[in-house]
Amino acid sequence: MNKSISRREFLKGSLAATGLTIAASVTPFGYKVLNASETKKDQLASLDSIAWFKITPDNMVTMFMGPSEMGQGTHTSLAMVIADELEADWSRVEVRHGKARKEFINAVMHDQITVASSSVRAFYQPLREMGAAGRAVLLKAAASTWKVPENECKAFNGTVKHMKSGKSLTYGELCLKAAELPLPKDPPLKKEGDFRYMGKFMPRLDIPPKVSGETVYGLDFTVPDMLFAVLARPPAYGAKHTSFDQKAAEAVKGVKKVFPIPMGIAVCAESLDAAWKGRDALNVKWDRGAIPGMDNAYIEKTIMADLDRPGSTAVKKGDVKKALGGADKKVKATYFVPYVAHATMEPMNCTVHVRKDGCDIWAPTQIQTVPHMIIAPQITGLPPEKINLYTTYMGCGLGRRGRPDFIAEALIVGKVLGKPVKVVWTREEDIKHDAFRSAMSHRIEAGLDSQGGLTGWAHKVVSGSIMKAINPKGIKDGVDMMSLWGLADFPNSPAFNSNISYDIPNFYVEFLLSDLPIPVAPWRSIQNAPNAFVIESFMDELAHAAGKDPLAFRLEALKNNKRAGRVLRAVAEKADWGKAVPRGQGRGIAQHRCFGSYVAQVADVTVNEKDGTFKVDRVFVAVDCGFAVNPFNIKTQIEGAVTLALSTVLREEVMFSKGGVKSANFDDYSPIRMTEIPDIEVHIVKSNDKMGGIGEPGTPPLAPAVANAVFNATGARLRRIPLTPDRVLAAIKAL
Amino acid sequence: MISLNVNGKNYKLDVPQDMQLLWVIRDHLKLTGTKYACGIGECGSCTVHINGKAERACTITAEEVQGKEITTIEGLPEDHPVKRAWIEEQVVQCGYCQPGMIMQVAALLSESPDAKKVINSMDDFICRCGTHTRVKKGVETAIQIMRKEGRA
Repeated sequence: MNKSISRREFLKGSLAATGLTIAASVTPFGYKVLNASETKKDQLASLDSIAWFKITPDNMVTMFMGPSEMGQGTHTSLAMVIADELEADWSRVEVRHGKARKEFINAVMHDQITVASSSVRAFYQPLREMGAAGRAVLLKAAASTWKVPENECKAFNGTVKHMKSGKSLTYGELCLKAAELPLPKDPPLKKEGDFRYMGKFMPRLDIPPKVSGETVYGLDFTVPDMLFAVLARPPAYGAKHTSFDQKAAEAVKGVKKVFPIPMGIAVCAESLDAAWKGRDALNVKWDRGAIPGMDNAYIEKTIMADLDRPGSTAVKKGDVKKALGGADKKVKATYFVPYVAHATMEPMNCTVHVRKDGCDIWAPTQIQTVPHMIIAPQITGLPPEKINLYTTYMGCGLGRRGRPDFIAEALIVGKVLGKPVKVVWTREEDIKHDAFRSAMSHRIEAGLDSQGGLTGWAHKVVSGSIMKAINPKGIKDGVDMMSLWGLADFPNSPAFNSNISYDIPNFYVEFLLSDLPIPVAPWRSIQNAPNAFVIESFMDELAHAAGKDPLAFRLEALKNNKRAGRVLRAVAEKADWGKAVPRGQGRGIAQHRCFGSYVAQVADVTVNEKDGTFKVDRVFVAVDCGFAVNPFNIKTQIEGAVTLALSTVLREEVMFSKGGVKSANFDDYSPIRMTEIPDIEVHIVKSNDKMGGIGEPGTPPLAPAVANAVFNATGARLRRIPLTPDRVLAAIKAL
Repeated sequence: MISLNVNGKNYKLDVPQDMQLLWVIRDHLKLTGTKYACGIGECGSCTVHINGKAERACTITAEEVQGKEITTIEGLPEDHPVKRAWIEEQVVQCGYCQPGMIMQVAALLSESPDAKKVINSMDDFICRCGTHTRVKKGVETAIQIMRKEGRA
């Protein structure tokens, strides 16, 4: 065997000859599955660089993943898809991040980017086809080795068996021969009942190395002779430095170079310790920035007052004025949601090596196409083919790592140095220079007819704009649709599927962009979570006004939305909705659809009316994401989303002062803790409907379910999160 | 020069005296399983054992722990009940805070296999993925493994 490998390697003189490589090229019609037989000899080496998976003579299947693994388990789910169709032996599967490239473009997002819960639904079909192509060509290789008809052979758990003779060969033994055979056209896909891995419990491939401490995150990555750089950053938005003591910083032992860049003043040193000491010695003086008096009171007042300024029409359906004018009953309310930080456990960092002839980037990033194809070429002057972007493992993403500011500044620093350098952010920098989940204000007025049916809904939203930072042209006529997801959506946008779920005959949405200088970014579920807090709290207000049960009221308005109605009924059944609860306790229900998935939740709370504290005792969740590729992972993602969302309900709010961010670390920005976590029961609704995403859709229904539960327990309606004891107590006292 | 005993090995290191143990472990010993996340002892991601007790490596200088036995996540045996329980219960998501959690749970369970006490102590830890529900299961499973194997 060894002899034959070396002969073949010699003959082909290529990496591709070391195994069966299945790759895909991107065409205007989707993906074209490739192997070595269809690749010109001089391009064989590049076939390897675009591989999705490779089977090698050591009988390993190595998969190279385009989507970023930030904890959401996508690498395991995608590996299950490939391995299932391939009939691979799970114990012989390895996954890693592939190098950034256009063949990893996600068909939902049209970029290599891991956002909008899009990875599994975007790659499910092409990866099944790639797996099936691999299985088919391995079958062919076995049949030709044994000189038997293919239909007498069967692929089974990493081997091909000849049923009549009982002979078998492993995929490792067949891979070299298979590499030279043409890929069969349109290989058959498995039927759902034949799935070996999909739909079943599979242990995550990334867990053992994370438990042993071996996994290399961005911050752990090193290159020989690498320098460390830290930045002194402006304390207020728009602040410029007026002076700094470069000499004092350079005099610190180990400091190599100090220079200003647009984001701050870079201090580069042999060690992180020296870089920090150098930064301490800089003694930077800053001017007062764009709005020196900006603090939380200023922000809330401004965003609430913006509701009285004219905005742009985002949705207009029917005649809402007429509907409200003729309504039997009208309900009006105003809501506010503050800025929330990502505070991913691993602070931002990026390692680069910018040379005259090429550039390497190692980044814990959710976004590859933009830094690889646009930012790095702009900064370095190199073409994308001279730039290698390697994605490292990352300590949580939550959307923060979809904003490549931390890569851009590392490239600027690295270009000055011409040596490998790692730029490291402290926790304080990570929070103060985060781009937050935007604060929002909402004003709604809705009308009910004499039967308590919803006739009209007028809704005004003020929000910061994510689109403004990533694609200003995406703001059409003053409307950033991303900020409205859950309430309204781009026309013809099946991938996001984020219009309001309810049938409202007369519906009007107006949008106004906040002009505060605070950067915003996607945060687990984008603005679906704050929007759902408002919509689903207000639906509860309407149900109350109509004198109807909150579940029944919602179901009436969801007659044309089968999937939303189904998850609501499922969660109601699991939670035994309608049962009596003791005094001091309350139950709330909410549902939301985003990224193609439908989630409904019931939260049970116990409120202490004396001090305004409350405990969330239990959360029931029903989810419909279409076919459940990886059911256990769906459960853990929903548990995580519920937990993170509850953190924003209990306390999370970024504090500002003097025109900048005051919150600094986990002492003054304190996320949820272990003993605050409720029991979380997740039920996956069996569904043959279109597949949706799973990393984010568990987030939005939680805040309204809890606020509605507090209302149910106390009669007090809380229209602003977090639901701190002060606010709860004040709302109870105001009754 | 500072002398340290980490995972049973002795090291002599030329590092600044005020350097936090965390950075000595990570940048000088290249044991990167111990994580930096807050630097002020708030989140627990850098938890290591010092003479068997769980401590935060970001708030102790290397000088203070000379002559003591330091264990990092890499030094906790692969077959340790907590590591096995974490895999069995599939606790981990991004994994960044998990080495610290594992070290905390391992140290407390070696004193007493009291799930409630251990879980309450996890209030001093932060996880942003929301693995809390699974951490609770992990603690219970680790105790079961210890009991079954006569370690508790």
